[in-house]
Amino acid sequence: MTYAFQAEGLVKRYGKTIALDGVDLAARPGTVLGVLGPNGAGKTTAVRVLATLLRPDAGRAVVGGYDVVRDADQVRRRIGLTGQYASVDDDLTGTENLLLIGRLMDLRTADARVRAAELLARFDLTEAAGRPARTYSGGMRRRLDLAASLVGRPEVIYLDEPTTGLDPAKRDDVWNMVRALLADGTTVLLTTQYLEEADALADEITVMDHGRVIAHDTPADLKRIVGGQTIAARPADPARLGDTAQILAAVSGHQPESPSRGVLTVPVPDDTAFVEAVRRLAAAGITMTELSLRLPSLDEVFLTLTGHGADDRQEAGV
Amino acid sequence: MTTTLTPPAPAVTPSAPARRRFRLIRHSLALAARSLTKTRRTPEQLLDVTLQPVIFVVIFVYLLGGAVAGSQHAYLQFLLPAIMVQTAMFASTAIGVNLNTDIKKGVFDRFRSLPIARSAPLIGAVVGDVIRFVVAMVVLLGFGTALGFRFGNGLLLGLTACLVVLVFSFCLSWTSVLIGMLVREPGAVQGISFLIMFPLTFGTNMMVPTDTLPGWLQAWVKLNPVTDVMAAARGLMLGGPVAGPVTSTLLWSLGLLAVFAPLAVRAYRRRT
Repeated sequence: MTYAFQAEGLVKRYGKTIALDGVDLAARPGTVLGVLGPNGAGKTTAVRVLATLLRPDAGRAVVGGYDVVRDADQVRRRIGLTGQYASVDDDLTGTENLLLIGRLMDLRTADARVRAAELLARFDLTEAAGRPARTYSGGMRRRLDLAASLVGRPEVIYLDEPTTGLDPAKRDDVWNMVRALLADGTTVLLTTQYLEEADALADEITVMDHGRVIAHDTPADLKRIVGGQTIAARPADPARLGDTAQILAAVSGHQPESPSRGVLTVPVPDDTAFVEAVRRLAAAGITMTELSLRLPSLDEVFLTLTGHGADDRQEAGV
Repeated sequence: MTTTLTPPAPAVTPSAPARRRFRLIRHSLALAARSLTKTRRTPEQLLDVTLQPVIFVVIFVYLLGGAVAGSQHAYLQFLLPAIMVQTAMFASTAIGVNLNTDIKKGVFDRFRSLPIARSAPLIGAVVGDVIRFVVAMVVLLGFGTALGFRFGNGLLLGLTACLVVLVFSFCLSWTSVLIGMLVREPGAVQGISFLIMFPLTFGTNMMVPTDTLPGWLQAWVKLNPVTDVMAAARGLMLGGPVAGPVTSTLLWSLGLLAVFAPLAVRAYRRRT
């Protein structure tokens, strides 16, 4: 089995803080590896090692067959990096940003121009191409940043929390862009704090906490471990809470909990239970102000995997 | 997962870029062009190099001229070449501050993830900054000429003086780059740079002849390489000994470059 990138036993210390404590990560060509974890879990540090920005204190990493320390230049020819904060030059226009990367990637000037125009069109930035990036909205900057990562047609692309701070519509844009990358055959490493995002995009998910890998699985198996989905329901009339609870208990086989006043939640094994709940609630004539089916939050995932929540942390990592 | 750390024969890069020569030079120039574009878009960055020389000329010539040289006009001739050196040296401190600020933004992470030499972003920034020296010199010479300054030695030698000062400042910039790489905060970079620049610029015969100084200060002035740079500028612009100070200036420039450029690149590489 060949991997597009593979890290083994990565260790990185900053003074007394251990940012990475023996991390293994790998993805097969053309797949998405989701790296899930809270702030300070070591996700960004791991990406920076794989992107040749940081030398690991121990362990090794290989991208496209090349060692990130010994053959850094070869690795850099094969990767694209989109950081947590868009790394575009504010004073340069969209076109200038991409042309600069093209020149630095040794494209001929004419080729760099073609590539820049192509990417600007693909990311819907043609109209804004001549404006300095400082005038762009947050979503546009992310798109330009991603375009900049793609100038050299990388085999592997690292997306470090690409949707953090974006509203849901922009988040969908980013998700669609990631899917388009896959269609090109690119291998993607995506870090995220949202199980939902990893579930939507990743072929495999590695869960990190305190610089360690605490789980690695397919999304389906991971969800099986952490308990699948949850129905949340809020009847319009609080007097019908009891009836609602009965119906939810009947379809799920669990006693619903009430995390806040007027809301009931219950874990369900799959979405057929949700359809059944909707049918029965409608038949009973109970109108709902809120009725949703959602994946466990990162906090719930961590509670299941580690016994503590994602925020319940002794120290902040790097 | 342990079996395949070194897969055989890596795949061919889909867009294998044409192998081209002079990569470091081309990359550095592309990044220098980026600096120039940024300067063009935010001309307020040039405020220090446009106002500072004017202010220094006004202060020194009118405040001290009468007392030191007997007349403002005579003092302007004596002072302006030295102010050119001082302005260029002060201007060279900005690059460390700017790089220190830049490096915290994501764009330097992008540069680091590209297959370019680690020195290219630094060389590009230093070369791009030459425009600041040129602007400072043009403003200073324009203002000085309006007040009555003249190249006593002809235009060609006068411009050669500018070139010598430019070379020295360019090489001196690398000390600022190094400080910018080593220090965490931009404000601290500024502070440290000026701490170094003040004794270097003012501890010279910039404003008064060396023989009026106390003995210990004379010793420093004679040791200080900036004294030679100022002597070279005066010699070329006004007449007087040239060969000695110019040779010394160029040797010092070469030395600064040879020591501080590699140190700065090393510090950049180590900075995470």
